[in-house]
Amino acid sequence: MPKDHGIGASSKRREDVRFLTGKGNYTADITLYGQTYAAFARSNVAHAKIKSIDTSAAEAMPGVLAVFTGADFADVGGNPAGWLIQSRNGETMKEPKRPVLAHGEVCHVGDAYAAVIAETVAQARNAVEALVVDFEELPAVVDMADAVADNSKRARTELTDNICFDWGWIEDNRAAVDAAFASAPHVTTLELVNNRLVPNAMEPRASIGVYDASTEDYKLYTTSQNPHLTRLLVAAFVMGIPEHKLNVIAPDVGGGFGSKIYHYGEEALVLAAAKRIGRPVKWVADRTESFLSDAHGRDHVTKIQLACEKDGTFLAVRTETLANVGAYLSNFSTATPTFLHGTLMAGPYKTPLVYVNVKAVFTNTAPVDAYRGAGRPEATYSLERVIDMAARELNLDPWEVRRKNLITTDMFPYTTPVALQYDTGNYQATLDKLIELSDKAGFEARAAESAKRGKMRGLGLSTWIEACGIAPSALVGALGARVGLFDAATVRVNPTGNISVMVGAHSHGQGHETVFAQVVSSMLGIPEANIDIVHGDTAKIPFGMGSYGSRSLAVCGTAMTKAVDKIIAKGKKIAAHMLEASEGDIEFADGKFSVAGTDKAKTFGEIAFSAYVPHNYPLETLEPGLEETAFYDPANFTYPAGAYSCEVEVDPDTGKVEIMAFTCADDFGNVMNPMIVNGQVHGGVAQGIGQALLENTSYDGNGQLVTASYMDYAMPRADDLPNYTVDHSCNTPCTHNPLGVKGCGEAGAIGSPPAVVNAVIDALARAGKPVKHIDMPLSPARVWAAMNA
Amino acid sequence: MKPSPFEYVRATSVADAVKALAAHGDRAKLLAGGQSLIPMMNFRMVAPEVLIDIGNIPGLDEITIGDGSVQIGAGARHNVVMASDVVRQHCPLLADAYSHVAHFTIRNRGTIGGNICHHDPASEVPLVLTLLGASLVLAGPKGNRTVPADTFFLGMMETAIAEDEMLVRIDVPFQPAGEGWSFHEMSVRKGDYAIVCAAVRLTVKDGAFHDVRVGFNGAGTETKRMAGVEQALEGKPATDATIAAAVKVAVDLSDPSDDVQADAAYKRDLLSALGRRALEQARARASN
Ligand SMILES: Cc1cc2nc3c(=O)[nH]c(=O)nc-3n(C[C@H](O)[C@H](O)[C@H](O)COP(=O)(O)OP(=O)(O)OC[C@H]3O[C@@H](n4cnc5c(N)ncnc54)[C@H](O)[C@@H]3O)c2cc1C
Repeated sequence: MPKDHGIGASSKRREDVRFLTGKGNYTADITLYGQTYAAFARSNVAHAKIKSIDTSAAEAMPGVLAVFTGADFADVGGNPAGWLIQSRNGETMKEPKRPVLAHGEVCHVGDAYAAVIAETVAQARNAVEALVVDFEELPAVVDMADAVADNSKRARTELTDNICFDWGWIEDNRAAVDAAFASAPHVTTLELVNNRLVPNAMEPRASIGVYDASTEDYKLYTTSQNPHLTRLLVAAFVMGIPEHKLNVIAPDVGGGFGSKIYHYGEEALVLAAAKRIGRPVKWVADRTESFLSDAHGRDHVTKIQLACEKDGTFLAVRTETLANVGAYLSNFSTATPTFLHGTLMAGPYKTPLVYVNVKAVFTNTAPVDAYRGAGRPEATYSLERVIDMAARELNLDPWEVRRKNLITTDMFPYTTPVALQYDTGNYQATLDKLIELSDKAGFEARAAESAKRGKMRGLGLSTWIEACGIAPSALVGALGARVGLFDAATVRVNPTGNISVMVGAHSHGQGHETVFAQVVSSMLGIPEANIDIVHGDTAKIPFGMGSYGSRSLAVCGTAMTKAVDKIIAKGKKIAAHMLEASEGDIEFADGKFSVAGTDKAKTFGEIAFSAYVPHNYPLETLEPGLEETAFYDPANFTYPAGAYSCEVEVDPDTGKVEIMAFTCADDFGNVMNPMIVNGQVHGGVAQGIGQALLENTSYDGNGQLVTASYMDYAMPRADDLPNYTVDHSCNTPCTHNPLGVKGCGEAGAIGSPPAVVNAVIDALARAGKPVKHIDMPLSPARVWAAMNA
Repeated sequence: MKPSPFEYVRATSVADAVKALAAHGDRAKLLAGGQSLIPMMNFRMVAPEVLIDIGNIPGLDEITIGDGSVQIGAGARHNVVMASDVVRQHCPLLADAYSHVAHFTIRNRGTIGGNICHHDPASEVPLVLTLLGASLVLAGPKGNRTVPADTFFLGMMETAIAEDEMLVRIDVPFQPAGEGWSFHEMSVRKGDYAIVCAAVRLTVKDGAFHDVRVGFNGAGTETKRMAGVEQALEGKPATDATIAAAVKVAVDLSDPSDDVQADAAYKRDLLSALGRRALEQARARASN
């Protein structure tokens, strides 16, 4: 019988009551007394020297309170990259400055170079149009191959060339990998593009800056996935505000997908403006600003090679990637194509030798950073495509080639040639489950039926793995991270026995408020309704690192369980005193502290009450109160894995792809709330299908984003998507966190794109149109062109 | 507010709207469903100083039967036209084409008149109204005039309507009994503007095609109807071979351009594939 509460139950998302009835409290919903509005002037050219900005007309416009340009921030710091990457030659990566407002030079279309503060949004926008800027256009670097080949055109005038770093992973393995290729019986080579994506969170970015001159306190309401990280960046790196004088609040946040991890200049601007004019300053991006200035995702050009035996046994993998970082280094942009990408290039396979080379390239485009999956979708896509291609070249079944090479259960813990240690998994089990659930056996009959209707049917799969639960701090520190990646939770038991849990993780739609309460409920034996999860406010929560990289439950959830363990331990001491027993004899179960082997017991509520009304309490040896905090730094990454299949029909006349079925067999470790996990997979797969079939971010040769609205940038809609079959019965609990959880937030976006593309290639091949590869998105035009080439 | 500042005038009658147009000249724009105009204002691509709202003019949204034609008020919302029994019975090609126009919520607000006057070259409605031989009734300071669809639609986003005129009604002649018709479209997603669409009307008598009207969007030709294709079908045996020859003519006459969604080669393929499907379906629907 399915559970109806606690761990493992599909408890309804309590946050949906407010989200679905319009009662959410998003940054844009907040109106403060005396609030003013900011609007930004953004570059309409990709690269130019700012010769002058005449603000006088704008300043004279009705309602205008202040105008800011880059000069106002010339003395403050810049927005730093979060990871310092070392190139193969030992040099440290280039880190050109990222100011609050562009100063001297605008570097991409949408780069903000001025801001107007006014009484109303309309006045601020109208005044922006009255700013007179004199740009001297500079050559724009748009295409990565050109950027690398030609040093004479540079994305930033301060650079000597456009390469940020040239990274090898692992450099010491390179010679052995090259040797394996030289003697391999078969080598498959594939060049592919991992298309740039615009994150398109439903809620655009927004910030309100507040300054209290009497206390010198700043407050920033902002759309952030990690308020403490934002506070650290703004306070210590950008503005030089003492950290304790800045309170960052990320209230309800409507999706992030990575794009709201990072600090953006608009956040610093509203704070500086609030101080200058002495009133709160609010800014809410419109959709065009989101397209132009949110950090984009993906954008890799990769050459991947797979060396194997004629029977499909993998011998070595070698990749060369150009990774676009745009015009500025966003906070995680250098980690994404390296440690979240190169380290995954073994996949779930036994491949003994792997070498990855990544060159990060500056271009005059919006910054590119982590986007749902971050590096791991790029790695998975490259691998899963080249494996399919190799199987075709060798006339082998792509399903069986994968099975032959999967790491087997007897090999765990398994250290990959790219330096990760997989603790546990069962990749055969998820593959078998996929074969069953996708009704692979019935595919031929379905294909024949499609053919009768004039359609070409295909079936494709991917077997994927990711590294989540980001991340062991010492390890990432050794690899160049400038932050720790622990998390923290405080469990505050109130005198009447109900509980507030303050967590460092941030929920921007995932459902933490429901799931974290389920976990605490199970551990303490008290109803979920008596537990509230508090997040998103640096004044309330312990210092945590926020949510991304499927880390919330694996890292922050673990901190929370450790804090609960401390509560239980203290409760036992209190109970021992009250029950006149020795602490060692106290057992805790189902919300009761009891003396082993007797019927003497105190309820959790009685213990909580006693902690705050300590009349009968061991005050000499024990502090009153019942509140505990724990910090947790993970011992390893977690390794969710799974097998996905996609079944498509392709229209031979038009190249239109229709998805007929999509099946997911996932191993997320223990599942706390199956309904929420399904929802995460559904959403992730929708994004992956969007990437595979529809989403095309296109800059023209001058660096204009020609797909800067929903007219031209096609997001998947319900009728573009199939009904999914999702299964997570083949789970192997994570071995190094107490809940045994691995994370499920990114899986769908990681596993799905190659399954879709493999299915289309399969459909074409079966119809006698052998096409090696089509780059995403597989628009009807591209599919048609490929099959008629 | 995203658009530049503007003044708002609510017209209570056609005469009122025409008077306001005359008073404000080219500073003004009529506002119907707002589904094309408002986005352009929000992007600040256009900045009218005065908006004359015609959305509440009594009777402007009526759909009635006239003498051998359906008379559709310019203010009729897309969804109302599409679902109208009168339209479905007498002008099924228009109802068919409407299933490709935008999304439900946009069709709830957008009007047939706004669509026609906006004249996006990819829009389905101007194409089928041309094939259906519709007449457009315009009200101006000097009274009404009627312009046939053939000469109403000029270049991209250009029509024969003068600055001081307003479209008030569209008269669409009944499709004759026994006629076959079809509409086929390819877009990136359902409801998006078409990459290519094909519309067909024809009859089949004694095994041959007659009364043929064929038009495309996305073909890059000056006119919506393709006379050369119609000639390739008119009076010819209603066979697959005739259809194949005709779509080849369509491809030869076309001059599509490359864009972000699709290149010209692909659009030519679509002209051929959708043209064939539309002709086959129209043939099947025509009674012999
Ligand atoms: C996301 C989206 C998808 C869409 N997809 C499609 C599609 O696939 N196919 C399609 O055909 N359309 C599509 N549209 C456009 C939609 O059909 C609009 O409703 C239509 O083009 C304009 O009609 P409206 O009533 O909204 O006019 P408005 O936007 O109010 O006006 C449009 C123009 O016509 C003028 N005008 C309006 N009424 C009159 C009149 N009676 N006399 C003179 N001038 C007038 C206005 O001054 C303005 O210049 C789409 C729109 C959106 C937002």
